[in-house]
Amino acid sequence: MNDSHLVKVSGVDKVFKRGSEEVHVLGGLDLEIPNGDFLALMGPSGSGKSTLLNLIGGLDRPSEGKVEVGGKRIDKLSDRKLAGWRARHVGLVFQFYNLMPVLNAQKNVELPLLLTKLSKAERKKRAALALDIVGLSHRTGHYPRQLSGGEQQRTGIARAIVTDPTLLLCDEPTGDLDRKSGDEILDLLQALNKEQGKTIIMVTHDIHAAARAKRTLHLNKGQLSTEAVD
Amino acid sequence: MKYLYLIFSSLKRKKLRTGLTILSIMVAFILFGYLTAIRQAFDAGIEVAGADRLIVRHKVSLVQLLPQSYEDKIERIDGVDNATHSTWFGGIYQESKNFFAQMPIVPEELFDMYPEFVISDEHKAAWLETRSGVLVGRGLMDRFDWKVGDRIPINATIWGKKDGGRTWEFDLVAVYDGAEKGTDTSQFFIRYDFFDETRANGQGLVGWYTVRIADPERAAEVAAAIDAEFANSAQETKAEPEGAFIQGFANQIGNIGFIIMSIMSAVFFTILLVAGNTMAYTVRERTNELAVLKAIGFTDRGVLGLVLGESLAITFVGGVLGLGHAWLLVSMGDPTDGSFPVFYLPTFDLFLGLILIVAMAFIAGIVPALQAQKLQIADALRR
Repeated sequence: MNDSHLVKVSGVDKVFKRGSEEVHVLGGLDLEIPNGDFLALMGPSGSGKSTLLNLIGGLDRPSEGKVEVGGKRIDKLSDRKLAGWRARHVGLVFQFYNLMPVLNAQKNVELPLLLTKLSKAERKKRAALALDIVGLSHRTGHYPRQLSGGEQQRTGIARAIVTDPTLLLCDEPTGDLDRKSGDEILDLLQALNKEQGKTIIMVTHDIHAAARAKRTLHLNKGQLSTEAVD
Repeated sequence: MKYLYLIFSSLKRKKLRTGLTILSIMVAFILFGYLTAIRQAFDAGIEVAGADRLIVRHKVSLVQLLPQSYEDKIERIDGVDNATHSTWFGGIYQESKNFFAQMPIVPEELFDMYPEFVISDEHKAAWLETRSGVLVGRGLMDRFDWKVGDRIPINATIWGKKDGGRTWEFDLVAVYDGAEKGTDTSQFFIRYDFFDETRANGQGLVGWYTVRIADPERAAEVAAAIDAEFANSAQETKAEPEGAFIQGFANQIGNIGFIIMSIMSAVFFTILLVAGNTMAYTVRERTNELAVLKAIGFTDRGVLGLVLGESLAITFVGGVLGLGHAWLLVSMGDPTDGSFPVFYLPTFDLFLGLILIVAMAFIAGIVPALQAQKLQIADALRR
């Protein structure tokens, strides 16, 4: 593997069982993602985009094949080690933000830091910095229900970057937002990629969103291509 | 500690449901505390009963009397240190609801046999000088607002007087306190010599004997020797440890301990279902959030711990509030207005309550916690 490749997916199959039926979502998939890349993954519903994202993020395991991130075989890690690895190396951004409704923005962003040995003061400082980066330093005490969709997604991004992860995985980050808010989120992701060197993999249905990425791959019937397949 | 705010924040999610669950748990623990104090009242004497004391009564029943002459014979049996007798007086003070135990006894022997009764030398001397004098427990004195020097009239239901009267008048000359919290201070001791001379019949007969033995480990052997001594006589005996005798006496009313335990078991079982239901709903409603926690790096065990922590937080708040209220209620006084010999919530049972809180939290939370632990992130995020 080339040292500049942060992610290397080799011969990955993913089979889901639904009762007695086996559904092959990914079949022998290979993918290399260099450090600092901003990759958009597109494809029709059920094509396996989110499944691939979950495999790269260590949220799921392949049925066959290897998933290496930063030179480490994450598919071989125990559940406990994989959880620790996710906490250190992966930031996740979800379509529906998935913030804790009972916590304010500050506390939501602090959540991943609870898994570190940082002091309370340091956690607070880092969460404030992350919220500042996403432009929400004036909304730290607000609860998710008091924030707009765009602000909630910014909070989600702050939570994803607060541990300074290597890899940002975004599953339809603009899917629940209007065009203006979506553009602001994409601006933010682009800035994180360009200015902070974050490697970003973004699953999207939106051509405009994909256009903001450095490159786009299309997934269809479990196979990747650079071209969209009708 | 850093996860505490996460646990307590989760409880604020459905404030009404959490509040009602806490309230149910609180009520259960109030019942636990209060019923424990009542059970303690019925068991009074059992816990402080001397392991070195036996009670010897008539084999047929406690109502049948024994000859006073048995005392010397009992004291001659190998292993016996000392013996003294008591008799049930069974009188009424003013109204039948004012129940308390009155017993004719031999004063010097009482002091020797019951070191847990704390009496001043001055009161001891006063009682020994006054034949119609009585020694009363502090609790009883407080109950009727008596003071030393009062004359107490008691209407006899069993023992009429030689002069045909049924009202006995006693002089309150001495008071005893309990050396331990559980010591019964609701008793009324009459001098046996005065009682025996004054009663219309039954001279020379006593209710039962209290026997102190030299070696508590030989209790069964000495009890058997006492019963053997009087076997085939007109008044055969039954000797047993003091604790068993008091328990048997209390059981005449009913197995209070069993009744209270049954009520508490039913209450706790119901509350366990309520708390378990709350936790199950809490986890089911938050499948997605728990999956997110796992996705950002919380381990399976970490999530299990969070759910168990929430269960513990709910039961702890409800349980401690309940125990606290029970303690306050018990401190306010005996619900029978003084008929119980003791009425308090023992420290041991408070600790038992805390253990129950933890056990309830675990049982109510373990199934939802295991479900949360097993949650597959990718599956849960798709829901």
